[in-house]
Amino acid sequence: MSGREYTLRELMTVVAARQMEDNKAVAVGTGLPLAAAMLAQKTHAPNLLIVFEAGGVAPQLPTLPISVGDSRTIHKALMCTTLIDIMDMMRRGYIDYAFLGGAQIDKYGNLNSTMIGDNYEQPKVRFPGSGGANDFGSLAWETMIIMDRHGPRRFVENVDFITTPGYLDGPGSREGWGLSPGTGPSRVVTDLCLFDFHPETKIMRLKALHPGITEEDVKKATGFEIEVASSIETNTPPTAEDLRILHEVIDPTGRIFPKK
Amino acid sequence: MEMKILEEGTGEIFCKNTPITMREYARGKTRALIDKRMPLQEAVKKFINDGDYLAIGGFGHIRIPMATIYEIVRQKKKNLSVAGHTAVQDIDVLMAGGCVSNVDIAYVVGFELRGLSGVQRRLFESGQVKKTDYTNGAMSYRLRAGAQGVPFIPVKVMLGTDTMRKSPGKVVECPFTGEKVLLLPALNPDVLIMHAHRADIYGNCQIDGHIVKDDIQARASKRIIVTCEEIVDTEILRADPGKTIVPFFMVDAVIEQPWGSHPGNMPYKYYFDHEFTENYLAKGRDKDPGAIQKWMDEWIYSLDDFNAYVTKLGASRLYKLRDDEFLRPPMGGKQS
Repeated sequence: MSGREYTLRELMTVVAARQMEDNKAVAVGTGLPLAAAMLAQKTHAPNLLIVFEAGGVAPQLPTLPISVGDSRTIHKALMCTTLIDIMDMMRRGYIDYAFLGGAQIDKYGNLNSTMIGDNYEQPKVRFPGSGGANDFGSLAWETMIIMDRHGPRRFVENVDFITTPGYLDGPGSREGWGLSPGTGPSRVVTDLCLFDFHPETKIMRLKALHPGITEEDVKKATGFEIEVASSIETNTPPTAEDLRILHEVIDPTGRIFPKK
Repeated sequence: MEMKILEEGTGEIFCKNTPITMREYARGKTRALIDKRMPLQEAVKKFINDGDYLAIGGFGHIRIPMATIYEIVRQKKKNLSVAGHTAVQDIDVLMAGGCVSNVDIAYVVGFELRGLSGVQRRLFESGQVKKTDYTNGAMSYRLRAGAQGVPFIPVKVMLGTDTMRKSPGKVVECPFTGEKVLLLPALNPDVLIMHAHRADIYGNCQIDGHIVKDDIQARASKRIIVTCEEIVDTEILRADPGKTIVPFFMVDAVIEQPWGSHPGNMPYKYYFDHEFTENYLAKGRDKDPGAIQKWMDEWIYSLDDFNAYVTKLGASRLYKLRDDEFLRPPMGGKQS
């Protein structure tokens, strides 16, 4: 894979950024989702409204925060409020996108960020848990998901723990549990490709491949049967300007995009 | 329409306070404007008991009451239940100090971008510390019910997930519309510890920036220990009463403790002490559990109080955190 001017991590962040439209609202976790939202804001979506669960609304983010609650998330913000107020806004329908990551994902976009193993009392690995992820995935209109290290241990038939709802057991399942109609996962960005979800089966569908990646690569890296779009697009690589923004503005210390 | 329980989770409810007992307790608290300043040691001794359910202000590593956390560890409080409503460095130090038995988890174990905690992984993965899973929204909703004095609250999160199955939530149909909702128990902590930007001697508190959940958890809790960056004259609070987040009559103790959130981030005051926290995390991740205990000896047990900790940190280190907060290059730079 040599000769590329960018890393896969940079590419997936750029692809993620392009999924967000201008003049919409996004609730984000820090790390890659936030880097994507910041990049969107600094390129095609200057009026993308960013909100943080700790209470920051419409900040002018100087650099990538460590936490969804740190000072950077309220830097020159339009409002500082409470966590419950952010959740209420989302429940009331004001938040278009939630942008999340996780340790495991299944074909319906259900996410695990709680534990690995089959014993809840003594898990092999205990992760942070929901944080705001389940709230976001339950309440926002669209859930967008970013997953690096696309492989069969992360893209699994059954996640060890459903922390955050995707389409749960499939079509009609969210509504059956009382989650709002018209909500659910819409995109999964990985370091191999971009998925959306089949409108009828609600199963993850290959929509676009990263340059140099084949459909076979994606199938091999995925632990479940995927849907495939009738014509698969190819994602456009990051521009020089995208990379400049990622390295110089968003992450100048190289915490998530190490410098070459 | 009858309200039937359609599904229910198995999670244990760690906090046993009820609206009735909370009302009775509130009745006994004074409404007098009295000076509530006292040494932090005395406040922790007096208002935090072994076995209490503890709520913590701020957001895990932002505006956290670290001075009080260190004092709880120094006094070796035991069997606390803790609201892990995004708990990061605050709960980590309490768990490293052996103070915690039960945790309501919304977010724990992680230090966000900094990665996972070795201390918390050991204690949760071995089952030594018990847990019930929730979400950040769920914990705030529970506090809202607690603040309102009602025993439960209907919510639209967690439905259909394992997070729900490991919580004590119950799914019912709304008796008015038939729509499915999840019911969660109210949360009324025994004690809230919080760090404010400023307070007066009576306990009226102001917070600059985002409130996170400190307004509702103050109203939901029995007792409150407030530390603050500075104690100010009451006239300053009276000049802008809309900024008072917690009123005096809910507060039991007030302690002026500058830098009281270190190594956390205090918005508009100081940013994270990255180096301090990364070093702390490395000790916790060390395969030898003695490494973190050595850290605890150095920074907590061997020091008399938080002022000794601040002195040990040194002025130039602290000033740099102010520079970081205001996104400016280190001023002077010759202090060290």
